[in-house]
Amino acid sequence: MQLETLRLLGFGPGGWGFPLLSAAGVTVLAAIFGFALGSVLGVTGAYLKLSRHIMLRLIGQFYTTVLRGIPEILIIYLFYFGGSLWLTKIMNISGYDGFYSLPGFATGVIAVGVVSGAYQTEAFRAAFLRLDRGQIEAGVSCGMSRPLLLRRIIVPQTLHFALPALGNIWQSALKETSLLSVIGLTELLRQTGIAAGSTHQPLLFFSVAAAAFFLIGRLSGRLLRKVEDHMNKPWRR
Amino acid sequence: MDWLFIKDIFHQMLLGIPLTLQLTAISLLAGFVLACLVQAAVTSRHGLVRGPATAYVELFRGTPLLLQIFLIYYGLGQIGLLRQSFIWPFLREPYWCAVLALSLNTSAYTAEIIRGAVQAVPPGEIEAARSCGMSGLLLRRRIIWPIAVRHGLPVYSSEVIQMIKATSLASIITLNEITGITYRLASDTYRVIEIFTVAGAIYLALNFVVSMAFAILERFLNGHLADRRA
Repeated sequence: MQLETLRLLGFGPGGWGFPLLSAAGVTVLAAIFGFALGSVLGVTGAYLKLSRHIMLRLIGQFYTTVLRGIPEILIIYLFYFGGSLWLTKIMNISGYDGFYSLPGFATGVIAVGVVSGAYQTEAFRAAFLRLDRGQIEAGVSCGMSRPLLLRRIIVPQTLHFALPALGNIWQSALKETSLLSVIGLTELLRQTGIAAGSTHQPLLFFSVAAAAFFLIGRLSGRLLRKVEDHMNKPWRR
Repeated sequence: MDWLFIKDIFHQMLLGIPLTLQLTAISLLAGFVLACLVQAAVTSRHGLVRGPATAYVELFRGTPLLLQIFLIYYGLGQIGLLRQSFIWPFLREPYWCAVLALSLNTSAYTAEIIRGAVQAVPPGEIEAARSCGMSGLLLRRRIIWPIAVRHGLPVYSSEVIQMIKATSLASIITLNEITGITYRLASDTYRVIEIFTVAGAIYLALNFVVSMAFAILERFLNGHLADRRA
């Protein structure tokens, strides 16, 4: 039994080691790209929500309310099937018949990113609001230009306040990538599902996937804590 | 815009709401009871009790819910002892697998919420109660729990919303709640944009009602702070 288990998880013939490892790579990459896209959207969203114009504020509010109130899986379905439908329509109009579906990885990254962006918007907004107004005034009175003010005062402090929340959002993004298995992306969960199906060992393979997700989350969490400590230096006494 | 079609799919999706709410309510209830036990174990003085409880919380918070659902739905059947036991008729059903996975998952998150809420009770209040001679259950019932509930409620309301969203994953193991019906409609008619938009609107409405209910409850519980709100 033990030997059989080792063989199934190993890298030899009949072993699932390589497929599982590359699937774990897909999971990590999807999470990183999704989170990065979410950061861009999050900064944009925070900018909208803090804007002076009511229209921009409303757009920001709409984005965060809708994306945080709808199950992630519906968003993934909408992006994948909706996008494929559009793609097929465009291809058919331009003379290519048949059905076209979007690439799973890119669609998945966008879906994870858009959801993550909604949560990151709140993180960045709250962090910016915690920033002491006096700091900005002091910067202005020292004659700093807007870009300099942003680079030296606003960004470092906002990032420092936002980091703990961003760490949690990263963990959710990592776990959310498992939902991309439903649109056929061969990430960790789907690959272990395939392995479980063909070997009739679901308990073993899903446990391995659980361990892998747990470890990836733990390791990245530790890494983020290091960054946090580094950013904390000016605040330490 | 084909309003007749939208009205038709809307009516079909409404049929999924009872199952969604049922899954949410049962899991939240079971999860809360479990969370209280887990939380008691996590704060225990004995390492043998504390260790497994902490590991439980970390494991369920650190792995995706869909994976937990698969592990229970596909994995548990492999354990021979379980197949022969009296709970197998339940665990064979996707419904109870979903309930089990959702309950265990939310219990880990709720345990953390309870921990945070209890920790937020100012030590001075507890000292004051102790110097008045309160201890044990009386101290908890009169001082710790009422303050902790007020601290934990806002966080718990977002956990409830997360749970409503999480029940959508039950559709993957064939349950016909809102998302299950939505997916079936989408693959039957392929008018995906209308269908997923309507489904999203239903979830938004549900979550709006829940967050309103919690806001009202919070207002009610914090009545003594009304003058500070203004």
